[in-house]
Amino acid sequence: MGKAELPLHAPGTRVDKGYIGQSVPRPNAKRLLQGRGAFVDDLRFPRLAHVAFFRSPHAHARIKRLDFGNALKSAGVIDVFDGRAVAEYCTPWVGVLAHLKGIKSPPQHAIAIERACWQGEAVAAVVAESRTQAEDAVDLIDADWEELPAVLDMDEALSGRCVIHPELGDNICFKREHDTGGVDEAFAKADLVVEETYRFGRHTGVCLEGRSILADYNAAEHTLTVHHSTQAPHMMQDVFSRHLGIPEANVRVIARDVGGSFGIKVHVYPDEMATAALSVMLRRPVKFVADRLESFLTDIHAREHKVTIRLACSKDGEILAFDLDDLSAIGPYSVYPRTSGIEGNQVVNLTGGPYKHQKYRAKLNVVFTNKNVTCQYRAVGHPIAVALTEGIVDLAAQNLKMDPAEFRRRNLIPDDAYPYTFPSGVKFEKLSHHQCLDQLLGLMNYASLRKEQADLRGRNIFRGIGLAAMIEVTNPSPAFYGVGGARISAQDGATLRLEPTGMVTVMCSVTEQGQGTEGIFAQIAASAVGVSMDKVRVITGDTGVTPYGGGTWASRGAGIGGEAVLLAGRALLSNILDVASKVLNLEKETLDIENNAIVDKLTQEKKMPLEELGRITYFRPDILPLDFQAELTVTRHYTPREYAFTFTNGIQASLVEVDTDTGFVKLLKHWCVEDSGTVINPMLVDEQLRGGVAEGIGAALYEECLYSPEGQLLNGNMADYVVPMSGEIPDIVCAHIETPTRQSQLGAKGVGEAGTAGAPGAVMNAINDALAPLGARVTAMPFTPERILRALGRIA
Amino acid sequence: MKAPAFAYVKPSTLDAVFELLERHGEGAKLLAGGQSLIPSLNMRLSAPELLIDITGLREYAGIHASVDSVRIGALTTHAEIERSAEIGKHLPLVARAVSHIAHPAIRNRGTLGGSLALADPAAEYPACAVALEATIVVSGRNGERRIKAEQFFKGLFETDLKPGEVVTAAEFPVAGRNDKSVFLELSRRRGDYAIIGLAAHNSRFVFFGAGTKPVLAGNAASKTSLQEARAALATDLDPPADLYNSSATKLHLAGVLLERAWNTLSTSH
Ligand SMILES: Cc1cc2nc3c(=O)[nH]c(=O)nc-3n(C[C@H](O)[C@H](O)[C@H](O)COP(=O)(O)OP(=O)(O)OC[C@H]3O[C@@H](n4cnc5c(N)ncnc54)[C@H](O)[C@@H]3O)c2cc1C
Repeated sequence: MGKAELPLHAPGTRVDKGYIGQSVPRPNAKRLLQGRGAFVDDLRFPRLAHVAFFRSPHAHARIKRLDFGNALKSAGVIDVFDGRAVAEYCTPWVGVLAHLKGIKSPPQHAIAIERACWQGEAVAAVVAESRTQAEDAVDLIDADWEELPAVLDMDEALSGRCVIHPELGDNICFKREHDTGGVDEAFAKADLVVEETYRFGRHTGVCLEGRSILADYNAAEHTLTVHHSTQAPHMMQDVFSRHLGIPEANVRVIARDVGGSFGIKVHVYPDEMATAALSVMLRRPVKFVADRLESFLTDIHAREHKVTIRLACSKDGEILAFDLDDLSAIGPYSVYPRTSGIEGNQVVNLTGGPYKHQKYRAKLNVVFTNKNVTCQYRAVGHPIAVALTEGIVDLAAQNLKMDPAEFRRRNLIPDDAYPYTFPSGVKFEKLSHHQCLDQLLGLMNYASLRKEQADLRGRNIFRGIGLAAMIEVTNPSPAFYGVGGARISAQDGATLRLEPTGMVTVMCSVTEQGQGTEGIFAQIAASAVGVSMDKVRVITGDTGVTPYGGGTWASRGAGIGGEAVLLAGRALLSNILDVASKVLNLEKETLDIENNAIVDKLTQEKKMPLEELGRITYFRPDILPLDFQAELTVTRHYTPREYAFTFTNGIQASLVEVDTDTGFVKLLKHWCVEDSGTVINPMLVDEQLRGGVAEGIGAALYEECLYSPEGQLLNGNMADYVVPMSGEIPDIVCAHIETPTRQSQLGAKGVGEAGTAGAPGAVMNAINDALAPLGARVTAMPFTPERILRALGRIA
Repeated sequence: MKAPAFAYVKPSTLDAVFELLERHGEGAKLLAGGQSLIPSLNMRLSAPELLIDITGLREYAGIHASVDSVRIGALTTHAEIERSAEIGKHLPLVARAVSHIAHPAIRNRGTLGGSLALADPAAEYPACAVALEATIVVSGRNGERRIKAEQFFKGLFETDLKPGEVVTAAEFPVAGRNDKSVFLELSRRRGDYAIIGLAAHNSRFVFFGAGTKPVLAGNAASKTSLQEARAALATDLDPPADLYNSSATKLHLAGVLLERAWNTLSTSH
């Protein structure tokens, strides 16, 4: 790196030991900006073949006949396969977990056999010399279909009048009931009972980089190397190994740059499994990159819930109980291996989360339908639980004519009540709801906003202020997946190596998706060892290189991977000082590393540059004592185990103006106060929050996968599926309370999903606050202009 | 999303374009900015054999103002129109409309001619052209035709263009001192095609996104009170529903825009 390179440190950043808490620019940002990212589609391989899929045009249909005759004759075509041919090489899977009692799902194949269960399900694969040629040939496949009745509506699915998978008996994938007892009594003695039904549209995470996979089977070694845009390389290594029958040690999954994932890229996709199988079948590298149209049809969708919630409270605003009934539809299969039962399960776990009531009852039904599958997408279940809770809380406050901030203050779990067991059974280590609320109200100048709102109403300007307090699952323990039998690691590891030149190489099992993970690992490693940032290199996303681990999901990268890096860094520091002590003939306890050199701990006097220590260790170990072996590569792992989840908390606020003539909502400002424990890099944390809020705004106002009554996706393109862009996103003000978790030395909790979790509820409450003087309310997301006009009675 | 194979030529004279169009007939498509055509190819919604890139015909780009009209060459990009001081001065309605078209990157390539020839019912320029009583200039083997905008737009993505003809320019009358115009558009996101929009020039209220082509609301305009005008709008428009808005919603929104334009036109000086 030349002298003229970018300053490695943001203005005002301290450059000595201790980068934690500093907004250090991400070292990989410049590489990406210069177009030197290495995404799957950037890779060049000799003899690379391309696959395109022939997908079902029907929501539910029997495949009577597939004729590949013309397709096989098309230019550049290598071969065409149906589901049976691929099944010879790839075994089917079933997306269930033991701890979700009773969950069921039929076996799912890489390519559908006999029957397609949603529009877009792959039923044949064309492999050709180029993607264009593969697409040309797909158009030439001739298919005869027998259309089957499609089940699209959730209530219809629940009724079981028409069962999608007859062998399962009904359309219920999973159900759960939870009851603390005493709920009916609480409702009976309540001064106020409010009830409302909320609907959440189906939407999806739109990644800049589509799903991408390049599988390269080497028959000579019986090895499979998969370049994969994934969040979980080790999980995929296990999956490829099991379903393709290749020993795990022979499967290597490499995830270099990943262009966004949001939970989309942590699941097993049939077309990706087929691509890997095709590479084995054809003994050559095969690539599949989902295009935008395929992405909308096949990337997991999420949400689609209809929930009725009741809240009981006393006349002075004490919440006594919540009663919940959630119905959610997940498409025709529970997605492997995480299952599609988790989102509904989270809604049950989290509803009412910030509050101190003791009575809670919940009922959940998760049903199959003939639409694309749904599964875990950023903030899994949280946006629903938060919006429900906060929506009904606001309705209660409104009925009691109590200010919503005050109503929350009376009910939030006190900051000194921890550890705390919530009525749904989840445990909180330490949360800070009241501190967050106070900080938020100050930050947004709540009192004066209320006054301004009242003044403007006099002039027929309808502004609304919405609050949404929340809790969030981060740093999950094995209780999330492992206990249910999923081979998904809750543990992560980091290896740190001091190089001869005094550089530190970090290899970590948590991956980078564009969110800056590698940047914070560099910060933590530099801080732990005592070197400057420019001395650290980070490698992630390669099962052949890094320690074993879970990867990136459930807001766990910083809290779990970061802790592993910290532990390894401290161990490396200790090992380096062992060497220094021998070389310098000084007590180890008197030494430290500061700014790339061994120093005297007390005086900070420089004793030896690390570079010199590296030289001696690697090239002149002959001068070290005979009974001493330097160990300048160390590995440490970390798994949170004390709590099932390390909960965070936060609160958001939205300020909107509703045009009551057009139904348009103008977002004026958004605030977010979040307690994610130790903040490692404030800039990255704030941008995680902002990006998350943007996705939450998408859910609240814009995004919905619309299906026709026949099960055709109507808006599966970037023009018709409305993702908010920069012009739609208001200023988002972020602030932090820091309550480090005591389970780890780093103290970091997660922050990746908080924005998405809280924003929909905050925006909904703001809209309803604006509409309140007109006696209107909206409860079905997204809140399109038409839905708002309808609520206002402006249109029929 | 890969376009089917096609051949590509970039002629340097209009005559060469005519010849190619004649030779290839239906199989050929003109390529201007490509901002509508290329997406439709990539989505395999159309599969022409030949693309005739007309962006080399530079004499059909540019803005020329005379005393009573402004002539805009077909190949003038949205961005050039947006930046033009002359448009700002003489065609305030167009100047206001252009920033509603898509996003800067698309405006850098998309052309006036492409937009007029495509005749998307929710597009801005066609409505402005009808409101301002512009003339669309088209050329073919047999010479030039000048068509009034109202006659040029015939239906959904349908114009008066005959096979072998190319849009070469549009001529807009210069706005007079006492002319008043208002441009209003409702779209979910900045840059999206309109749910509904209104290009109003004096008493010509032209709605877009409201039918199969720009709709001149003659009945509403003939009324003397706003209330009557809003009521009459239902006889002018029968907007087609879209994915997110029913016909009734769009009619309601059209009424809101009419009211806003009416109020602005009757109060501004
Ligand atoms: C994301 C996105 C958003 C958009 N939003 C809007 C919007 O809000 N409003 C809007 O109006 N447009 C919008 N557009 C379309 C854009 O304005 C296009 O540039 C325009 O519609 C077509 O112009 P073009 O020069 O790109 O034409 P092309 O795409 O090259 O051609 C379009 C059609 O016109 C024909 N054609 C082109 N030039 C001529 C000519 N001189 N004579 C005869 N036929 C010709 C072509 O053969 C083709 O059939 C959007 C486009 C995108 C991609």
